[in-house]
Amino acid sequence: MAKKFDKPKMVPVPSHSIIPERDASKSPILECSHLGIDFGGLRAVDDFNIAIGRTEIAGLIGPNGAGKTTVFNLLTKVYQPTRGTILLDGMDTAGKNSAQINRMGIARTFQNIRLFSDMSVEDNVKVGLHNANAYSMASGILRLPNYWIQEKAAHERALELLSIFDMQDMANMKAGSLPYGAQRRLEIVRALATNPKLLLLDEPAAGMNPSETAELMENIVRIRDMFQIAILLIEHDMSLVMSICEGICVLDFGQIIAKGTAEEIQANPAVIEAYLGKKKEA
Amino acid sequence: MEFLSYLISGISLGSVYAIIALGYTMVYGIAKMLNFAHGDVIMVGGYISFCAMSYLDLPWPIAVLLAMLVCTVLGVVIEGLAYKPLRQATSLAVLITAIGVSYFLQNAALLIFGATPKVYTPIISGTLKLFGGQLSISYVSLVTIAACIVIMIALTLFTDKTKMGKAMRACSEDKGAAQLMGINVNGTISLTFAIGSALAAVAGVLLCSSYPTLMNTTGSMPGIKAFTAAVFGGIGSIPGAFLGGILLGIIESLAKAYISTQLANSIVFGVLIVILLVRPAGLLGKYVPEKV
Repeated sequence: MAKKFDKPKMVPVPSHSIIPERDASKSPILECSHLGIDFGGLRAVDDFNIAIGRTEIAGLIGPNGAGKTTVFNLLTKVYQPTRGTILLDGMDTAGKNSAQINRMGIARTFQNIRLFSDMSVEDNVKVGLHNANAYSMASGILRLPNYWIQEKAAHERALELLSIFDMQDMANMKAGSLPYGAQRRLEIVRALATNPKLLLLDEPAAGMNPSETAELMENIVRIRDMFQIAILLIEHDMSLVMSICEGICVLDFGQIIAKGTAEEIQANPAVIEAYLGKKKEA
Repeated sequence: MEFLSYLISGISLGSVYAIIALGYTMVYGIAKMLNFAHGDVIMVGGYISFCAMSYLDLPWPIAVLLAMLVCTVLGVVIEGLAYKPLRQATSLAVLITAIGVSYFLQNAALLIFGATPKVYTPIISGTLKLFGGQLSISYVSLVTIAACIVIMIALTLFTDKTKMGKAMRACSEDKGAAQLMGINVNGTISLTFAIGSALAAVAGVLLCSSYPTLMNTTGSMPGIKAFTAAVFGGIGSIPGAFLGGILLGIIESLAKAYISTQLANSIVFGVLIVILLVRPAGLLGKYVPEKV
């Protein structure tokens, strides 16, 4: 039997108080050291070092073209890194492909939505549950008891996950026909279905209005509290990043120019320069 | 009554096309390639079942299972050796490889079994007489139609309701995203080839039972016709392959009966051209405009 759903049941009342104090003796969930990739002669990302705690919400920011999505693609092995190591939960991810990385515990969403738009909302989530759903090919074809047990569990789990965003009523709709905001939420649910230890959100608030963004912020914190996972997000909406991210990493031209808490980042002259340009010398 | 008889033989022929077309359409849907060697897998299925029944004296159900097994393995091996290394190559390279595999299989069969056609013993003989002998339907036709319906239902249930089926649909929509959700994309593609090839074996047995001459090019023409049927119904769509296959069989059978035996194939392809002019994506295909 493959792993069953082993995440704790959802806690209905999320609050910061239930987050356990971060145990300093525990190793971080993700550790990148000297990570880099070249595209031909272009150093897209270079010497990227980051450590993310087990239940940390971290932000990755930077101007357009700084290499943020490239970092996500490196972490999920869409690109194989040219240099450096990625340790997930202490295990080296070298030589793994995207599917194996997902099974090891990294799930992601996409900057431009990549749902399976011809499939139903529930089936999208069930694709995420693929590896948790353990029955053999023969059971699937012949519909042996194990098929029914596992599919029923997957159905219930899918609805349970959809209920995080109150989307259980949309389960039978085609994913492609959902409104934009709901598609973004569904991508998060699909990623959560793969039972990650680290969730990567690529511009989750893109295209959302301020009230939707505020709701999303609450939901991101709530997801972290419920699932006790780490979240790394790329976002251009600074109000979101500054209010929920415990650690922020600023990338410019493929290099980290600053790391720290929201206050530290806001006061950092290198960051201000990267975003606003250099003050003219008097 | 005559019409009914032609219609039934058309549906039976169309059922064979539909079963073959399912293989084309599933592989196209997921690997986005035209597996032109698919027709020759049918021929291999025909030979395997022929050998099992004629030389080894096995009962036909065992022979069919054996043919399915061998073709499944063959399909997976072809995919692994010929197509997998070209996953990142242009579609033209893959297409030419597929044609190469097709010739390889044909000539290997020629080498092994010789050029003399084998006379295939139909798995079921006899005819059903209805309306006081006015309408006679061969049992093979009935078995073919039944097999097609069963396969169609089973395949639809498989792709809609099982996790492997969902993985297949996910891969056909977006391989990258599917892989990032933990799905083994290469495994899913192999599975698709396995299913398609097993169906080709069934089609081979049914085809040879209806038209009992078996030679190394037996699979080519039905393969091309079934490909046409898949395009006709909308390539990539499973119900489309079914509909396209049945319609193509009926058109061919009626054209042979009422217009001209020689022109039947031209009429079939003529209809295809007209349909594609009106509906470029086929009957049930989804037309996706290129994003600019």
